[in-house]
Amino acid sequence: MMTSRALHGPARAVVIGLGLLVAWQALVMATALPPYILPDPLRVMTALVVHAASIGRHAAITLTEIVLGLGIGIALGAASALLIVAFRPARRWLLPLLVVSQAVPVFALAPLLVLWLGYGLASKVAMAAVIIYFPVTAAFSDGLRRADPGWLDLALSMDASRLASLRHIRAPAALPALASGVRVATAVAPIGAVVGEWVGASAGLGYLMLHANARMQIDLMFAALLILGAIAVALYFAVDRLLKRLMPWQPESSPAED
Amino acid sequence: MLVDRAATAVSVSVAIVGGTCTFGKATLFRDLDLTLAAGSWTCLLGPSGIGKTSLIRLILESTRIRGQTRAIGTGVVACDDGHPLRGRVAYMAQRDLLLPWLTVRDNVLLGRRLRGEAIDAPARGRADALIEAVGMQDAAGLRPDALSGGMRQRAALARTLFEDRPVVLMDEPFSAVDAITRVRLQDLAATLLRGRTVLLVTHDPLEALRLGHRIFVMAGRPARLGEPLHAPGNPPRPVDDPGVLALQGELLRRLAAAHS
Repeated sequence: MMTSRALHGPARAVVIGLGLLVAWQALVMATALPPYILPDPLRVMTALVVHAASIGRHAAITLTEIVLGLGIGIALGAASALLIVAFRPARRWLLPLLVVSQAVPVFALAPLLVLWLGYGLASKVAMAAVIIYFPVTAAFSDGLRRADPGWLDLALSMDASRLASLRHIRAPAALPALASGVRVATAVAPIGAVVGEWVGASAGLGYLMLHANARMQIDLMFAALLILGAIAVALYFAVDRLLKRLMPWQPESSPAED
Repeated sequence: MLVDRAATAVSVSVAIVGGTCTFGKATLFRDLDLTLAAGSWTCLLGPSGIGKTSLIRLILESTRIRGQTRAIGTGVVACDDGHPLRGRVAYMAQRDLLLPWLTVRDNVLLGRRLRGEAIDAPARGRADALIEAVGMQDAAGLRPDALSGGMRQRAALARTLFEDRPVVLMDEPFSAVDAITRVRLQDLAATLLRGRTVLLVTHDPLEALRLGHRIFVMAGRPARLGEPLHAPGNPPRPVDDPGVLALQGELLRRLAAAHS
């Protein structure tokens, strides 16, 4: 336990990054694959620098798609969960819809979304939102339904209306569950955006990668992939951090400390 | 000032008539009658699972306006003044039920928030006065996770007192704290709830004898209430009060019989 504690987060990230680079370089040298199959790190870094402006532009678009998709998907998911729990008719009508939205392979919807919403931002935002809608709704509605019955008895003795209980007890009690949903959403939202870009787009990192692949610019493709990965990881940790700050009462215990 | 408030509160007696509660095929109690005398403490003892908590829940559930979906049983719960019980009952459980995301002060104010009432300066002031009365003034701004079990239960007591209700239902409120803290909490509760109609469910014969005016033992299946013990003198009675000590033997005998 001490050894894992001795290195702080950033230092550990650097070590992991360096380790991956070394492994990558070793793989290139050992397999002697041509650069158009597996470029070495230096070549990719060079591509990153050379194409910095272009990658940056495409990255900004993809990031916008992811963030907008996240925002819309989380808002819709949370609202649906509240509706499901607050109104019994909503449960009957929304639940089947929810199951269908998850049973249909979301990727199969991508061509449709592009057809309907065009090649621009909207279809990718919709794709990301659709893909995260279910995990957010499921996590939050579960949390809303699992509020401590003791709290609800207490609310009953305080003459709380159902809506007041929902607002002041069920909803805050379900925030940790919502947070789990949001974490999953943050991890999968980039998938939605990139798949959307693959199906039809004129900008974004997914588009850039397809484009580079077609022109055998594998180093550029890797550079775009690297940035995509960096965005996804940074976004996840930013969201994770924000969620922890929003819920300071939520105790955390690591199994390693038992 | 707080004690004065309690003394002047209109006391009301609550009658449970024909209380029936079944879980699956097991009948916890049937046609059970119990009257909580106005302005006095009624204590309820008995083996675990006999239906004491269910009886409290039955009273609590009677305050629901509509949608009896979670109703735990049937029976009439009536107040002697003919008005409904809703809005006149406070509830304190074995677990403190403090909301972990609120500070002690906001937990004490929870009832106002749930009723959509303004959290204004007088309300805040009264909350702070009660927090001080239970000796928690230094912890008013802390969240429950920063408190010990005894402190949490004191905060829960302050929240119960803040509701300022003539009827108070307490379900083993002090069973989870150590002996010394328990005695202090009993003293506090007895003083601050003087003049209220209280139903106290407890496993502790000493607690019942210190706080109760009438003490019932619940036994059997379906459960019945025996003849109550009447404890002399005003609560909180000292632990070594001769009356308390004299009744303890009798109460323990009844409890032992209830367990067999």
